[in-house]
Amino acid sequence: MGITLNALTRSLSVFHLAASPCNNCDIEILDCLTPKYDLERFGIQLIGSIRHADALLVTGSVNRKAAERLKLLYEQAPKPCVVIAIGGCACSGIMFRDNYNFAGPVDRLVPVDIYIPGCPPKPEAMIAGVAKLIAKVRGEKA
Amino acid sequence: MAGAAQTAAVSGMRLALELILFPGFAFCALAGMVLSWLDRKVTARVQWRVGPPLLQPVYDLVKLLGKETIVPRDAFVFLAAPLIGLAGVTLVGLLVGQATLRPDLQTWGDLIAVAYLLTMLPLGTIIGAAASRNPLASLGASREMKLVLAYELPFILALAVAVIKADYALSLGEILKVQWRDGIAASSLSGTLALLIAVLVTQAKLGLVPFDMAEAETEIMGGTTIEYSGAPLAVIKLTKMMLLFVMPALVATLFLGGLRLDAGAYGVGMGALKVLALAVVATLIRNTNPRVRIDQALRFFWGPVAVLGFVAVVCATLGY
Repeated sequence: MGITLNALTRSLSVFHLAASPCNNCDIEILDCLTPKYDLERFGIQLIGSIRHADALLVTGSVNRKAAERLKLLYEQAPKPCVVIAIGGCACSGIMFRDNYNFAGPVDRLVPVDIYIPGCPPKPEAMIAGVAKLIAKVRGEKA
Repeated sequence: MAGAAQTAAVSGMRLALELILFPGFAFCALAGMVLSWLDRKVTARVQWRVGPPLLQPVYDLVKLLGKETIVPRDAFVFLAAPLIGLAGVTLVGLLVGQATLRPDLQTWGDLIAVAYLLTMLPLGTIIGAAASRNPLASLGASREMKLVLAYELPFILALAVAVIKADYALSLGEILKVQWRDGIAASSLSGTLALLIAVLVTQAKLGLVPFDMAEAETEIMGGTTIEYSGAPLAVIKLTKMMLLFVMPALVATLFLGGLRLDAGAYGVGMGALKVLALAVVATLIRNTNPRVRIDQALRFFWGPVAVLGFVAVVCATLGY
């Protein structure tokens, strides 16, 4: 593993895409940054521009309007960039999967590196997921 | 003749070493990284968090070197713009460092050079943002322009106070020596006012809250830096980190007596403490204030702060 990839696993800049979610997952994501969990300990930060991102975080049952944006954002992200699907909707579509405007789940549109299911997943589950993802990038066993 | 050429070669070599290693680029980069870690750590403690590890700035920069660099059409200006700012900040660091190491060095008006060189960073930012062809970046560039116009007037007034206090000397070394002889500039009324103004201008020059409207992550998604990725973004971040050291060092030199080498370990320790204190003050201001709008910033700097600056200049000429 190269030096730059090693550094990447210690300094993930996360771009958060809310692709038609109910906002519950998004609130839980923000919980990860609060004093109780403090993800900045591991160098993880939320950033505003996709050009600065190392990880694309997708929540929500991606509808047809958001699907175009999701594909565009994935193409705009500088590589290497990982995709994290958060919540039952992003992972599988759950009860929205037969909906007329459903275009997801996320892995039908862009390659997903890790799935974190739950409705919404707890902050602990998200941190466990990100830890597994980092281990995968570093080529270790989680 | 051979002797003169040799002397010129030696002094040229020395200048190159000073520019690249100490007190120029490498030293400013290192000090800036430590201060940027401190900035994030203090922020974390203010918010009752643990905060990032000491090597976090290194991870952030090294990571960016391994990332893809995405460029717009006409990439030359876009890629060259961050280097303009880096050059400017490095040169300011070099001038301040030289004045501290060798205050007897004969320089005329290096303070004027510092004032000009400090505007190279916003200049590079504006050029790069305009070259990126992003509407949000152009919004950021326009705000950056207005912000420069806003804070330059009080900044020049604060510099004028430092000059008047040092018997109208325009060199940093002379300003330092006068302060070591007669006591620091901030011990007088006009010096205190000028220091206050310089702290506010530092906040704006560093682009920290409440004057971060040109970047405004939560509003215009990074503004001027929105299209940068990979190595150019690393250069921009490094420049910001270096400025986090260079600006407090300049303010400490002008108003607080700077770092005094001939006073031994005490002088060095006190000098470091002054820079540290000014950097922490900037961090605390950014953690306890909301972002202001650009028109509010303009009104603030041209209104109360400029008036305070004029009062300070008048006080300084009257000897207070």
